[in-house]
Amino acid sequence: MIAAQTSKPWLQTLRLSLTGIVLFLGCWYLAVFLEVTPRRFLPAPHEVLFRFVQLIQEPFVGFTLGQHLLSSFRRFLNGFLLAIAIGIPLGLLMALSRGVQLLVTPIFESIRFVAPIAWVPFAALWFGTGIGGPTLVIFMGAFPPVLINTYRGAIYVDRKYIEAAKMLGAGPIRLMTQVLFPASLPSIVAGLRISAGLGWQSLVGAELIVASSGVGYMMVKGQASIQTQIVMAGMIAIGLVGLLIDILLRRMERRFNRYQEVH
Amino acid sequence: MADIRFEAVQRAFVQGGKEFLAVGGIDLVVANEEFVAIVGPSGCGKTTCMRMVAGLDQPSSGRVLVNGQEVTGPGPERAVVFQQFALFPWKTVFENIAFGLRAMGLGQTEIDDRVNRFISMMGLSGYEQAYPHQLSGGMQQRVAIARAYVLDPGVLLMDEPFGALDAQTRVVMQEELVRLARKNPKTVLFITHAVEEAVYLADRVVVMSRRPGLIREIIDVKSIREKERWDDHPRIEDVMDLGSFVHLRSHIWRTLREQHLGDDQ
Repeated sequence: MIAAQTSKPWLQTLRLSLTGIVLFLGCWYLAVFLEVTPRRFLPAPHEVLFRFVQLIQEPFVGFTLGQHLLSSFRRFLNGFLLAIAIGIPLGLLMALSRGVQLLVTPIFESIRFVAPIAWVPFAALWFGTGIGGPTLVIFMGAFPPVLINTYRGAIYVDRKYIEAAKMLGAGPIRLMTQVLFPASLPSIVAGLRISAGLGWQSLVGAELIVASSGVGYMMVKGQASIQTQIVMAGMIAIGLVGLLIDILLRRMERRFNRYQEVH
Repeated sequence: MADIRFEAVQRAFVQGGKEFLAVGGIDLVVANEEFVAIVGPSGCGKTTCMRMVAGLDQPSSGRVLVNGQEVTGPGPERAVVFQQFALFPWKTVFENIAFGLRAMGLGQTEIDDRVNRFISMMGLSGYEQAYPHQLSGGMQQRVAIARAYVLDPGVLLMDEPFGALDAQTRVVMQEELVRLARKNPKTVLFITHAVEEAVYLADRVVVMSRRPGLIREIIDVKSIREKERWDDHPRIEDVMDLGSFVHLRSHIWRTLREQHLGDDQ
């Protein structure tokens, strides 16, 4: 006990994290060894790792892992940016005008409970398997958190700023862009983080069905040829990129929160 | 050119399901370029009176007219200096002061000219690119005053603008406001609960009673100030030592105190 208390906290964190990973891999190997499922349905960790490295170097269904990831990321960016471009202005408008808020709320509140993946059939029918279809599915995942956080952030903006801006002669557009938007940035950025996570998750769902490239597509093809290592390698790649996006946005969030604390 | 006119103004609020009168029926005319201070105990509706002139609140009955026009909403011809400053924390000192001019659609050169004039007049030179949180309370209030003055408004509304400042800063700001107001006379409605401040700054002092807010007495300070030559004394403490000042202050204090006694009975 005393030894544990005197050791550095980061060392303790590292030790526990590593223990968790080792335990997980141990269970995995055990399941493989005991053949819980047929051997070819559950590859061993080192086989997945081997395949992961191989996928980076050699193309599978036309592309290397890096290229698949890049095309997935492009789709993600399309949907995510579209969600930002519509969600932020609409959220600010809803905060500014009760009319707009009443107009949007009923539709939005019912649509947002439909899982993004449920849009896949229509995404394919309306926009095809190129760039459009997956973009719609990602948008459906990424849009609600942007809108909700922008709206909530904007309605809780201190009234004194709004009164000051109106007294200074600001019209609705100036009020939105110069006051509501900067004042609710911390909330908006927090929303973007949630939105990016949900969008990235929806992307893979979309690609499982409508795409001719991308990590999700790669996984489907891997499954079809019962190359389970490929499916798992895809899962790892998705996890890693998702984590990367989250770290990036978390850094951005921390910056805005720090800015807010000084007031 | 602007005057303010309250015509039988009442303002009722609903609190806990009950309606109560915050402002009980005010008739008052503030002449063009006159500096009027309203004093009264907290909750007497003095801030509500100012907000109705600003257009941030509406009377329940009666009318508030500025320049003969009924006030329907906020606007830059009636600039407000708020007690809590209400500077935009995400904008620099320069951009805070320029905000209203940009909304007016003025050109960059005119904005630069006007903003820089008030930056030097308010002793803010060198802080143009600073953000409000980097300034002291006194400096922040200078920015807020500059932001209102730079609009060249017909009416200037001040809601306990020095209430959040420490005593020393407050005195400096009061002296500066007197200098500024004598140099650029404006129609000013100044809300405060500090009697000395009201007597020192205003041409007339309006004493309000507790809820429902009514005018108890209006004191003409200007004629006494001119007769006793207060403005010959540059320092506030010298003015406050003058017999005529002490007399006025005591008189207003007594009026305020009588109401408290009246309320308690």
